[in-house]
Amino acid sequence: MTQTPAPVITGQIPIVDYLILEPEPHLRAHECASCHARYFDRRNACANCSGTEFADVDVPTAGVLSTYTIVSFAPPGVDAPFVAAIVDCAGTSVRGKLLNVPPTPENVALGMPLRLATYSLGADADGVEAIGYGFEPAGGSAGAPADREDSQ
Amino acid sequence: MSGDDVWVLGIHMTKFGKHPDKDVVDLASESVLGALADADVSMADIDVIGAGNLMGASGGIGQQVQKQVGQTGIPVYNVVNACATGATAFRVAYLEIKAGEADLGLAFGVEKLAGAGLLTGGGSSAGSGGGWTPKGRLGAVTGLEGHTGTGTMPGVFAQIGLDYAHRYGGADFELFARIAEKNHAHSTLNPLAAHQKPMSAAQIMADVMVAYPNTRPMCSANVDGAAAAVLVSGERLKKLSPEQRRRAVKISASVLTSDPWQESCQVLPDVSTLTKAAARKAYSMAGVDPGDLDLVELHDCFATAELVHYDNLMLCAEGGAVDFFNSGAPWRDGTTPVNVSGGLESKGHPIAATGIANVFEVATHLRGEAGPRQIEGARVGLTHVIGLGQACAIHILERSAA
Repeated sequence: MTQTPAPVITGQIPIVDYLILEPEPHLRAHECASCHARYFDRRNACANCSGTEFADVDVPTAGVLSTYTIVSFAPPGVDAPFVAAIVDCAGTSVRGKLLNVPPTPENVALGMPLRLATYSLGADADGVEAIGYGFEPAGGSAGAPADREDSQ
Repeated sequence: MSGDDVWVLGIHMTKFGKHPDKDVVDLASESVLGALADADVSMADIDVIGAGNLMGASGGIGQQVQKQVGQTGIPVYNVVNACATGATAFRVAYLEIKAGEADLGLAFGVEKLAGAGLLTGGGSSAGSGGGWTPKGRLGAVTGLEGHTGTGTMPGVFAQIGLDYAHRYGGADFELFARIAEKNHAHSTLNPLAAHQKPMSAAQIMADVMVAYPNTRPMCSANVDGAAAAVLVSGERLKKLSPEQRRRAVKISASVLTSDPWQESCQVLPDVSTLTKAAARKAYSMAGVDPGDLDLVELHDCFATAELVHYDNLMLCAEGGAVDFFNSGAPWRDGTTPVNVSGGLESKGHPIAATGIANVFEVATHLRGEAGPRQIEGARVGLTHVIGLGQACAIHILERSAA
């Protein structure tokens, strides 16, 4: 993200409504009360069993890399290349991108342990900062996610 | 020649590639007139039309083409099913004949895609024009491409290929490049392919990276093209000429599936479960085993997709796709030639035409009319397409006994 003179941050908003920022950032799924299938989007009924009762559940923030790709082209305002990934968070599959990993195949390994991390998309005119999520190596690395995002 | 069977009586495809001087109606008309001539029938004989043009889905391509080739008042079904659109149009004609509503049916698919560039999963304009406002079923405040992964086709299918690599091992960048190398080698024998130049795995790996491990020549080519087929009932075929009966190709199975729910299908399209289901049903319907197939045209929209479909179509043991490829089996001189047309990576992928163009390829070999690229003695072949969303169509075709 290109940083313009920082506006006064008056609040934060998650990039998607299934990212919960407080007390610690994590993802939340709608779980079918009948068959326990999990969904991130608004649901009319369950795609697996047609049940209509759902409960919100927290998705574990730790996972392993199921698969990935390194995408060379991105829409305006999005850094490329970026590592798109599917992460298995204790049985719940999650879409995200890898953070704090140089976007080359040598730095990405199928099955690598990961954890949820967040980054800033910047603030709007009202000072509201949008927060995105991704996954970083669970072993940890130097620099805050937002810093890393700047250098990509 | 059972009365219940449905046959391909005539089939035609245009050259795939750039056709700047022709619109979709020109291309579709060329394929329809070609298929009618090949079948030795006229529009007056046709009882029903199944038609597809994905990019102009609201345009009523079936009726537009009728205006050019013959308005006879017959029912027209304009269908849309992503990359399975052509196969779905083909199956509509098949079903009308099966239902006894038609004796002869026409199906065609057409697309103009040359110069379309990367087909993405939607753009992003982060925070432009005002405040962050949650929208849609995910409450997203901006376009999500590049934020929550990717929805671009090369990226989606790259992940599908590497997911297979994660499960079973043995697949790496070079292996996927060698799959593309095979298809580009096959294309050199197909004058209807958009790209006919051989490419080595090294050249393919050094080309423009689109979504690792898919480089540009490992992606389906966005091109213009059309394909059309005339289908006929077994009863009507009995009354046609010996030459028409000799060249007719039997549709031993026609199957369409959608994707059943799987845990991860909400985050990564599952192209395997519905393909396996369609394959099982098609083999059963045709009374054919995968080992009986003399050639297969499968949906290699990306090199990473071809690998998983070896397994999904049961051309190898479960988890054995890498070994299957490394054995040389899917090369044109192998035990199960796959994509001898050059596949979508080199023949090209004019979306709605693809599901009939692959029938053209198999039918042409079964008739013994494939010229330099003929698979000698071909008796039975299989076609497969995947449309994201998802739809899978499989057809099994057999040479006429006559």
